[in-house]
Amino acid sequence: MSPRASKALEPSLTPPQQLRNFCIIAHIDHGKSTLADRMLQLTGIVNERQMRDQYLDRMDIERERGITIKSQAVRLPWELDGTSYALNMIDTPGHVDFTYEVSRSLAACEGAVLLVDAAQGIEAQTLANLYLALENDLEIIPVLNKIDLPAAQPEKYAEELASLIGGSPEDCLRVSGKTGAGVSELMDLIVQRVPAPEGDAEAAARAMIFDSVYDPYRGVVTYVRMVDGKLSPREQIQMMSTRAVHELLEIGVISPEPTPTKGLAVGEVGYLITGVKDVRQSKVGDTVTNRQKPAANPLQGYAEPKPMVFSGIYPIDGSDYPDLREALDKLRLSDASLVYEPETSAALGFGFRCGFLGLLHLEIITERLEREFGLSLIATSPSVVYEVTKEDGTELVVTNPSEYPDGKVKEVREPMVKSTILTPRDYVGTIMELCQTRRGSMIDMQYLGEDRVQLRYRLPLAEIVFDFFDQLKSKTQGYASLDYEDDGYAAGDLVRVDLLLQGEKVDAFSAIVHKDKAYGHGVRIAGRLRELIPRQQFEVPIQAAVGSRVIARETIRAMRKDVLAKCYGGDISRKRKLLEKQKEGKKRMKMVGRVEVPQEAFIAALSSDDSKTAGKK
Amino acid sequence: MPGALPEGEPWPESNTLVPQAEGDRSFHAYVHIPFCEVRCGYCDFNTYLQSEIGGVKQATFETSLVQEVDFSASVLRDSGFNLAKLSSVFFGGGTPSLFAAAQIGTVLDSLRERFGLSSEAEITLEANPESLSLEKLEELAGFGVNRISFGSQSFDPSVLAVLDRRHDPSKLQPLITAANKIGLRTSMDLIYGAPGESMQSWQETVEQAIDHGTEHISAYSLIVEPGTKMNRQISSGELPDVDEDLNADKYEWMTEAFESAGLDWYEISNFGVPSVHNLAYWSSQDWWGYGPGAHSHIAGNRFWNRKHPAAYQAALNAGSPAAGIERLTDRQRLEEELMLGLRTKFGVRKQLFTDLGTPPAEVARQIGLGNLKPDGNRIVLTKEGRLLADGLAVNFLN
Repeated sequence: MSPRASKALEPSLTPPQQLRNFCIIAHIDHGKSTLADRMLQLTGIVNERQMRDQYLDRMDIERERGITIKSQAVRLPWELDGTSYALNMIDTPGHVDFTYEVSRSLAACEGAVLLVDAAQGIEAQTLANLYLALENDLEIIPVLNKIDLPAAQPEKYAEELASLIGGSPEDCLRVSGKTGAGVSELMDLIVQRVPAPEGDAEAAARAMIFDSVYDPYRGVVTYVRMVDGKLSPREQIQMMSTRAVHELLEIGVISPEPTPTKGLAVGEVGYLITGVKDVRQSKVGDTVTNRQKPAANPLQGYAEPKPMVFSGIYPIDGSDYPDLREALDKLRLSDASLVYEPETSAALGFGFRCGFLGLLHLEIITERLEREFGLSLIATSPSVVYEVTKEDGTELVVTNPSEYPDGKVKEVREPMVKSTILTPRDYVGTIMELCQTRRGSMIDMQYLGEDRVQLRYRLPLAEIVFDFFDQLKSKTQGYASLDYEDDGYAAGDLVRVDLLLQGEKVDAFSAIVHKDKAYGHGVRIAGRLRELIPRQQFEVPIQAAVGSRVIARETIRAMRKDVLAKCYGGDISRKRKLLEKQKEGKKRMKMVGRVEVPQEAFIAALSSDDSKTAGKK
Repeated sequence: MPGALPEGEPWPESNTLVPQAEGDRSFHAYVHIPFCEVRCGYCDFNTYLQSEIGGVKQATFETSLVQEVDFSASVLRDSGFNLAKLSSVFFGGGTPSLFAAAQIGTVLDSLRERFGLSSEAEITLEANPESLSLEKLEELAGFGVNRISFGSQSFDPSVLAVLDRRHDPSKLQPLITAANKIGLRTSMDLIYGAPGESMQSWQETVEQAIDHGTEHISAYSLIVEPGTKMNRQISSGELPDVDEDLNADKYEWMTEAFESAGLDWYEISNFGVPSVHNLAYWSSQDWWGYGPGAHSHIAGNRFWNRKHPAAYQAALNAGSPAAGIERLTDRQRLEEELMLGLRTKFGVRKQLFTDLGTPPAEVARQIGLGNLKPDGNRIVLTKEGRLLADGLAVNFLN
C-alpha cells in the first residue's frame, strides 16, 4: 500500500509530470460519493473528526436525493515509489439533464474511473458518459464497487466491462467505497495509468471553465482546468466568449476546502474568484485568458445551455409575484441554464415561463424556490418547444401550449431524441411496447452481454419528458436505465387539447398531443381532474375539447354538506383548530374562475399513474 | 382511547384567570359523568367502563366534582370575577343516569351554595332509558333537575345494533310521558347517517321521535372519529362508509318534518324549545366544565381538565385539575363568533364581517347563491346554507 504523500506538492509549482487529472463516471447510487469520501480520508486531507457522509455534495437537495448537481474538483496528495503526486479528482454530475456539464468536466481530465456497482452492472447513463469519455480520449480505469455486498457478481460484470472497453476482465479493479477495500490500489493505478497533462507552459494562458458556482459570500466561484500557461492572483483576466474583463481576486485549489495559492500552472485544476455576482458572466465551457497577453483562440467545445422543457411557474398567491421574480433572479446567479420570462395566464395570473434542461432540473428549481424562498407555487405541465408553420407561411415557436394557434396549421415540428435504453433481456418486449405507444421508432438493438440488451429508439421528446422514465422503471422493476440526446425536429400530426371548467377554458391545462391520442388524453385528464378537484358549493362541469369539439366530459357534483354536527362538551378549541387547518388548506388552492383547484392538480393531472392519488370520498 | 386534548399553555400557578373579553355574559355549568356500561362503537367521548377506571369509583365520584366546584369558586373569586347566578346546569357524559339521584343532588347543592341558581335555571340530565325509572325521575325532580335529555339515537333495531346501543326503544315512551307529567321538560337525541341506515329507516325514526312528544330534539349526523371501533370497521370494509350526500337528504327531510310538527330549527342540529345551555356554547357565554376532560370558557379563557378520571383526581388533589389553557386573542374571538354564531338562527351581526376583513363581495356572493340572508342588522343562514355552515365560515376567513 502506498503511503500518503509525505510532502504535498505546492500548487502553481507542480510539474505536469506529477499531476493526474481524473474523474469518476458512475450511475446514481453506484457509490461515487462514498468512494470519494474514502479517498478524502485515505489521503488525509479530511480527518475523522471533519468527515461526514457525501462530503463533497454541498446542497441539501444533493444529499437528500443522493445525486451530484454541481461539480467539485479536489486536489489529493499521493505518493508512489518515492515520488509525490497531486491528483485532481473532478466529481461530475450524474444525471441526463446535465450532460453538457458532464462533457466539460470530462474535457478537464486525462483519465476516468468507470465505477460500476458489482451487483447491478453498467447503466445507460454510465454508458453514455463512458462514450463521452472515449470521445475525449480519456484513459479508462474500470472499477467494480460494492464488492462487500452479498449480491455482488464481480466476475459477471467484469466480463461485461471488458467487452465494452476492451482488455481482459482481470484488469477490472474491485473496491468497496464502504469498507475502503481496494481504494489505495485504485489511487496507485490512477498515477500509473492516467497520462500526465500536456500543455504549453510558456504559451498565453488558457483555462477551461468546467463549472461555476454562486456563493452568497464570495460571489461566483469558477472551477477551471489550466490548459496552457499560468494564471496568478491580481492579474486581469478575460472571458473569451464575452470579452468581459475581471480582476483575479483569488486563485487556489480545493483540498477539500478552498485554499488560496500563488497561482495555477499548466495542467492544474483549481478555482478563481473575481467578485462577479452572476454565473452567466463565467459560463461553463468558456475559456479564461490573460488580458495583457491574450490567447489567440479559445478552447473548443463551448456551447450555450439549451433548455429542453418549459413550464409555467406561478405563485398561488398573486401578491407573491414580486418575491418569485426576486427568487428566480437569485437562483439564476447560481444556475446559468435557468431561463425565464414573464408570462400571463388567464387562469393563473402573472407568472414566468421557465426553461429547464430536463425534468429533474425543473423539479430541483421548483423545490429550491419553495424551500429556500418560502414560496407556494404552481408549476404547469412541462412542454417542449414546437415549431409551427401557419397556413399563411408564418413561423412560430411555441413553448406554451396555450400559444398554439387555433385552427388549421400547415405543419408542426416537434423535438426528437435518440434514446438509449439498457435492460435485462427479459424486459425487451415490455420496453418495445412502451416505446411503441410513445411513438418511438427503433434504431437498433444489440446484446452487451449474455442477458443485457441495448435498445436504441428515436422518440419525440414530448413523449418522454413527463413520465416515460417512471414508466420504464416500473415496467422493468427498476432494472432498465435510460439516456437520451437531442436528435433534431420532425413533423408530427399534433393538436391542442383544451380543458374547460364550467365552460371556461383553463389555459394552464392545455396540452399539445398527437392527434391519435387526443381522445384518450382528454378522457384521462377530465377524469383525473374530477378526482383531484374537491367538491365545491356548486356543480362544476369539466370538458376536454379539441378546437370547438368536446371530446370528454365529467362533472364534479356540488358539495351538499359541509358542517360538523356538534362540538364535544363545549370543546370549542378543537373546532377552531379544525377551522384553522381548513383555512391553511385553502391557501394551497388556486382560484380558477370560481373554482378552487389544488396545487397538485396542475401537474398530477398529467401523470398517467392513477394509483398515485387516493380515491376521493 | 378518547380523542386527544387540544394543545395549550399550562394552567397558571396563581390559580387565577385574566379576562380576555369584555361584556356581560351569563354563567353556566357543565358536569361530566365519565361512566358508561357499554362503550358504543362510534363514541370517542371521554368515558370509561368501570373496569377501565382504576381507583376512581362511580359510587363516590360526586365528592370529586364537589371538590372541583369549591376549586372553581376560589379561582373565580381570586380572579375578581363578579359572576351572575347559574342560568343552566347540564349533566352530560358518559351516562349521567348511572349516578344515583342523590349524587346528582349533592353536586347541585354545592353549585347552588357556591354560585346560586337563577329562578329560571335550566337543569338538564342526559339519560339512557336503561338506567332510568319512574321513581328515579321523581327523585331527580326533587333534587332540582327540570329537564331530561333522552339518548334514543334511533328507533331502528338494526341501526341501534350498528351503534352498539343496547336499550329497548319501547321503554322510552312511558318514561317521556311520566317525565312530562311531573313537569320535567324533555328532549331526545338522535343520530343519523349510521353505516347502512336507509332513508326510510331514518324517516321512520324521525316520525316516531316526533310522536314521543318531547319539546326538543337534537339530531346529529354521525361523525366517524379516528381511533374508534367504527372507524376500524369501516376501513376494513366490515361496515359501509358514511354517505354524506344521503345525509344531506336526511337532514333536509327531517328539517321539514320537525318544523311541520312545531319543532322549529334554532341551531344546526337542534330543534324545538331552545336549550339555554346549548345556546350558551354557540354564543360564548361563560361556563365551567366540571369533571375529567371537561372544557370551560370564562371571559375569553378556554381551559380543559385532565382526561383520565384517575389523572383528574390526582391533579385535583394536587391543586388544579386543568390540563391546559388557551387565552383567546381578539382575532380568535372574532373568528369563533363567526364559526359559532353562524350555526344558530340568530346568525351573526353584519359588522362582524367588517371586523374580520371579509370582502363584502364574498358575503354578497353567498347571499346571491342563496346560502345566507340578511335579517335586520344580522346575517343568518338560509335552509340551504345550514348544511354548508363550516365551509362558509372558512370562506369568509380567507
